[in-house]
Amino acid sequence: MTDLAEAPLDSRPPEPEQTPRALSPVELARWAWRQLTSMRTALMLLMLLGLAVIPGSMVPQTRVDPNAVANWQLLHPDLTPLFKRIGLFQVYGTPWFSAVYILLMVSLIGCILPRTRVYWRAALAAPPKAPKNLARLPASLTSTLDVEAADLASRARAQLIRQRFRTRVEEDSDGTIVVSAQRGYLREAGNLIFHISVALVLVAFAVGNLFGFRGGAIVVDGQTFTNDVQSYDDFAPGTLFRDSQLEPFSFTLKDFSVKFLTSGPAMGQASSFTGNLAYKADPKASERDATIQVNHPLAIGNTNVFLIGNGYAPVVTVRGGDGEVVYSGPTVFLPENASYASVGVIKAPDAKPTQLGFEGEFLPTYATGQDGQPVSAFPDLAAPALSLTAYSGDLGLGSGVPQSVYSLNKSKLTPFTDASGKPVTLTIGLGQTKKLPNGAGSITFDSVKRYARLQISSTPGEPLALGSVILGLLGLVGSLYIRPRRIWLRIRRTSTGSQVELAGLDRREGRDLNHDLTKFLDTLTKATR
Amino acid sequence: MTRLQLAQFSNQAIMFAAIVYALAMLAHIVEWAATRSTAPGRILVGPDGAELPSAGSDLGGAERPYRVDLWGRYGIALTMVGLLLNAAGVLARGLAADRVPWGNMYEFTITGCVATVLTYLIMLRFQPIRWLGLPVTALVVVLLMLAVLLLDVPAAPLVPALHSYWLYIHVTAAMLATGSFTVGALASVLFLVRNRAERRGTAGTGISARLPEADVIDTFAYRVHAFGFPVWTFAALIAGPIWARYAWGRYWGWDPKEVWAFVTWVAYAAYLHARATAGWRGKGAAILALVGFAALLYNFVGINLWGGGLHSYAGK
Ligand code: HEM
Repeated sequence: MTDLAEAPLDSRPPEPEQTPRALSPVELARWAWRQLTSMRTALMLLMLLGLAVIPGSMVPQTRVDPNAVANWQLLHPDLTPLFKRIGLFQVYGTPWFSAVYILLMVSLIGCILPRTRVYWRAALAAPPKAPKNLARLPASLTSTLDVEAADLASRARAQLIRQRFRTRVEEDSDGTIVVSAQRGYLREAGNLIFHISVALVLVAFAVGNLFGFRGGAIVVDGQTFTNDVQSYDDFAPGTLFRDSQLEPFSFTLKDFSVKFLTSGPAMGQASSFTGNLAYKADPKASERDATIQVNHPLAIGNTNVFLIGNGYAPVVTVRGGDGEVVYSGPTVFLPENASYASVGVIKAPDAKPTQLGFEGEFLPTYATGQDGQPVSAFPDLAAPALSLTAYSGDLGLGSGVPQSVYSLNKSKLTPFTDASGKPVTLTIGLGQTKKLPNGAGSITFDSVKRYARLQISSTPGEPLALGSVILGLLGLVGSLYIRPRRIWLRIRRTSTGSQVELAGLDRREGRDLNHDLTKFLDTLTKATR
Repeated sequence: MTRLQLAQFSNQAIMFAAIVYALAMLAHIVEWAATRSTAPGRILVGPDGAELPSAGSDLGGAERPYRVDLWGRYGIALTMVGLLLNAAGVLARGLAADRVPWGNMYEFTITGCVATVLTYLIMLRFQPIRWLGLPVTALVVVLLMLAVLLLDVPAAPLVPALHSYWLYIHVTAAMLATGSFTVGALASVLFLVRNRAERRGTAGTGISARLPEADVIDTFAYRVHAFGFPVWTFAALIAGPIWARYAWGRYWGWDPKEVWAFVTWVAYAAYLHARATAGWRGKGAAILALVGFAALLYNFVGINLWGGGLHSYAGK
């Protein structure tokens, strides 16, 4: 094919030489740069990126699910140190992962900049001159018409312009008229826009990770949440996020309700979760009502409050041996399965004569399973009960080591036992009080509240990310579907009129150029009659 | 009709769709068997004596015997009937559950078959691709049987996380892209078969004799992928993140399902690059397209069964 065919409309980088001939540092650097920004390298890096993200779907990730990571590490003690060393629990933050995408970014930018320059020049330029021998192009036709050459040229040009070609008309010294036409300039623009927006999406992603934060909080019905770091159960700020940037809002969960399907094949499946809130955007603002549902977060300023989970918080009262109330209030239990059998612990460090601890399950609809163990038959509150094992001794809270509110440190605790020496399991229905053995105290199950598990986060850069992906998609569509085409006519004067040679070239395969050229000539012929 | 009746009707429609697709497949088998191998010396010559590129598919060429052609037509007619039954099954399933019919793997599979067959029939309207008839019908027969035997669950409403109109948008686009990637993968496999035969000079025999030139298959495969890729981009990288942002409070979180959607996207982007890179055109590119399809399948089967993650429709 002629060099004209390969030229301007495509700003694909040239294939680099395979080995550097001269080794002067400048040349070496230039050679390395060409390698890095070549199509071949881009392809390799793309494939590498595809491989690099995979481990993160095989091994649990700290940022996705810390509990799963802990469980995995318990199950695989021998692999854990190695996996930790190569960062397999935080794949998307490891140096090797960053290396791949930074290289790809550099290659991408190194690719976009020169291509934009090439494209800019080509887009402003007139259509390229006709190759010497039109018959050698993939599609060509000749015909003679009894129309004067200049007249024919202007008609052909008009017809091309109607078909949205950009044209130029030249007359050779021997009086031959050449019409050159080209269309589809936007394909390359689309391709560049697509690649630029890939880079912009990565920038937006980085901005969100650096300047945003994400926190989790559990809020029980009736409780108020104030937006400061202490209120969060877990808080993950971006590297450049300052705690003082937290917006000073607060809200009260007035009422949280859940509906479950009570019939049909999916009986017991939740059909809706709704939280009614009253919030203040800042301490001086007036209070406003809002609802929050799955898929319908509440936006307060630049922060969003998402409902991501829920559960039960039984309200219990614990009394010590002396009858004093030593613990009272709702206690969050974490659901274990779809019927909301939930586990939790209750700690009463102030109990006398010894500290008391309880560990066990909350069952919204108490039933006995086949093995005699208590189970929950339905997720809603049909027959709520607690099934707890009670301990006395030292809860270990004074050691200074922070303790999870969901587990008991049993190293210095002993369970209460029955006459045969087996640990006692207390089954407590709603409203019931159970006494502990040996006058150690009692526990009352007063009521049940629901709680909402919320994610509160701010992700700057979201509009940039969304804008860029949309722009990228438009660019991509242009790049894939716009098919640049070039057409040339060489019109020679003859004694009876003119002889016309018509040829075309497509930059993308798959169009019937021959057919289109024939049609073009037909139309032209008809118009001249 | 009551919900139960609709659900039963849906099951029957899917069964019949599988049977009719199987008949279509048989018709195409007869067509393939009756097509004689390409005569190796047959070359079309233009008026000026120059060799012309051959008209493309041997199946579908004008000079093929009338009876062979007829079997091919039966195959296509049956495929259309199968598609209608298949689509009716999907629709009834949606009405039975009172929602979009793609809340679990069974529904995803039966809807995926509609998308695949629809893509094939639409492309057939514009291009001589009857050579895809047998592979496409064989594939959907297997898929529907698998769905009915292994994946069927009663129709039920969605869990709250799926209550969002982004579900419609996101999953519709994902299904559409899946349909075209499936057709693209079949074409890429056939390309590899034909390409190998052409290199070895055995293109006139066996399966490859029933296929058009490797170049023609390659161009077709490119077109289907070039349609699927932007749709997938929209489904996985625009609609998905928007929905994830509302449902889970972040637009991208490297959940296993997201990881594999991304791997799929990168693989197809690599395919498009490979077609423009010397040394990768043809075979290398076709293999990359198949890698993309493998990632797509893994995301659907592997992650749903073993992956967990936030996508609550995962698991049958
Ligand atoms: C994150 C990285 C990248 C992604 C996701 C990506 C994706 C794509 C996609 C989907 C296409 C197909 C669209 C079309 O055919 O016009 C494409 C084409 C192209 N890409 Fe990339 N690309 C990336 C990086 C690069 C880099 C680093 C280069 C520089 C060498 C590059 C150069 C090209 C060129 C020249 C084309 C047009 C190929 C042709 O003429 O058909 N890309 N890219």
